[in-house]
Amino acid sequence: MTPGFGSLIQDVLWCFSQVKGTIDTGVTESDIISTVEFNHTGELLATGDKGGRVVIFQREQESKNQPHRRGEYNVYSTFQSHEPEFDYLKSLEIEEKINKIRWLPQQNAAYFLLSTNDKTVKLWKVSERDKRPEGYNLKDEDGRLRDPSMITVLRVPVLRPMDLMVEATPRRVFANAHTYHINSISVNSDYETYMSADDLRINLWNFEITNQSFNIVDIKPANMEELTEVITAAEFHPHHCNTFVYSSSKGTIRLCDMRAAALCDRHAKFFEEPEDPSNRSFFSEIISSISDVKFSHSGRYIMTRDYLTVKVWDLNMENRPIETYQVHDYLRSKLCSLYENDCIFDKFECVWNGSDSVIMTGSYNNFFRMFDRNTKRDVTLEASRENSKPRAILKPRKVCVGGKRRKDEISVDSLDFSKKILHTAWHPSENIIAVAATNNLYIFQDKVN
Amino acid sequence: SAQEAPRAAEMEDKVLSPEKAEEAKLKARYPHLGQKPGGSDFLRKRLQKGQKYFDSGDYNMAKAKMKNKQLPTAAPDKTEVTGDHIPTPQDLPQRKPSLVASKLAG
Repeated sequence: MTPGFGSLIQDVLWCFSQVKGTIDTGVTESDIISTVEFNHTGELLATGDKGGRVVIFQREQESKNQPHRRGEYNVYSTFQSHEPEFDYLKSLEIEEKINKIRWLPQQNAAYFLLSTNDKTVKLWKVSERDKRPEGYNLKDEDGRLRDPSMITVLRVPVLRPMDLMVEATPRRVFANAHTYHINSISVNSDYETYMSADDLRINLWNFEITNQSFNIVDIKPANMEELTEVITAAEFHPHHCNTFVYSSSKGTIRLCDMRAAALCDRHAKFFEEPEDPSNRSFFSEIISSISDVKFSHSGRYIMTRDYLTVKVWDLNMENRPIETYQVHDYLRSKLCSLYENDCIFDKFECVWNGSDSVIMTGSYNNFFRMFDRNTKRDVTLEASRENSKPRAILKPRKVCVGGKRRKDEISVDSLDFSKKILHTAWHPSENIIAVAATNNLYIFQDKVN
Repeated sequence: SAQEAPRAAEMEDKVLSPEKAEEAKLKARYPHLGQKPGGSDFLRKRLQKGQKYFDSGDYNMAKAKMKNKQLPTAAPDKTEVTGDHIPTPQDLPQRKPSLVASKLAG
């Protein structure tokens, strides 16, 4: 089994592994998956949905008897993380939808993750219990109290094995710190702090303290009429605990250094690609809005996703990205209808593979795209029940832009814009990916020879 | 529709990028679309997500109007930032937490 390092797209054959969720003709809104995230070892895979629920899958141990079968992901724990609320003071309905889940690195037997909705971040502890004490003196096995006067013999309770129970408990609730809607959370490499970002502000928290947070970025103008841009995503540098980036609705990225000042309104670096003013249209700003920003594992690059492209930026070069990949440029001639049906505002995420050599992002019609940064090859794959035979190899898909459509191609006008892949995740070291297709979670792996 | 004719003539003069062609299409359908591209309208709408009532006056006006069973509707115009109509408590769906387990865990 080869790890994902240095793998080329044409050498990797992606195969169907598993699909979670039901085949429904109508999708219940609360079942829509809103975030997917592997933990740092890839042993656990968490999903959050619009109904405020978290489901965690665990990879089963690989069996020596079946070396050709890679470990499958089975349900490990599920819990209700957030519930709908109504803020009566502001007359604001607060959705329970889980916007993001981020894992903490494991430091003991228990697992910790942060989950957030629009307003409140929670730290959850997920732990196993496989033993329980038996043989109490003062209560019997059902828990009923025994009459002390009837006890004549003392015994020492012993721990006996029990069926594995996985419990999730909320350990911290970080509330009331965001006036606007939280779009990102990011755990710092110091493992002591994390940040939460909303449309206009970013706050820094200590995991131990829930009643205070430091505001580190505030772009709210004194006069809201002058509002021109909002924060769309934010992330800490993977190694430098003083550095973070945030992206904006105007397509720019700011890198900030917390050592420079307590309030990082002045950026240390400002990344923006120059635009040709003659190309400017009504849609320019909307499609340049960055929906996701991710540091590479190496910490040398950042990747951004806007409506039509994925861009890779070198931290040392602010004036333009070093790589630009077209996700679905054929949509440029559909912008009018995509604006009318609001699809132009869809927020796609993007991910790096473990070695930073391949990047992946979603599209419509349940298609997702991978770009190999070294060979410059790309591939379009589809998450579909039709390709869901075990270990079936995924066939590359192609969108036909006009002229003669070949047999296996799909025309732009036939694309299903309600089937959008906004959230994907890549295992930290292996070629295993998780793709959320509305209410279904697909897991794909590379072919093992 | 009457505005489409002069615009079509304009388009024939130069080759438009697909994006500009789409923009012309949109402006033909919504002639009153904001002059500022993208801009504050979208941002304000984004910041107001989840807002049910503007203020208590809004709420009481809506309750009074309910007597006539007439709900005011906004113009089907893309520049409007508010929703379709002023919601009343009866319109708001009961927000209850999901009691059903996720189907992913099934």
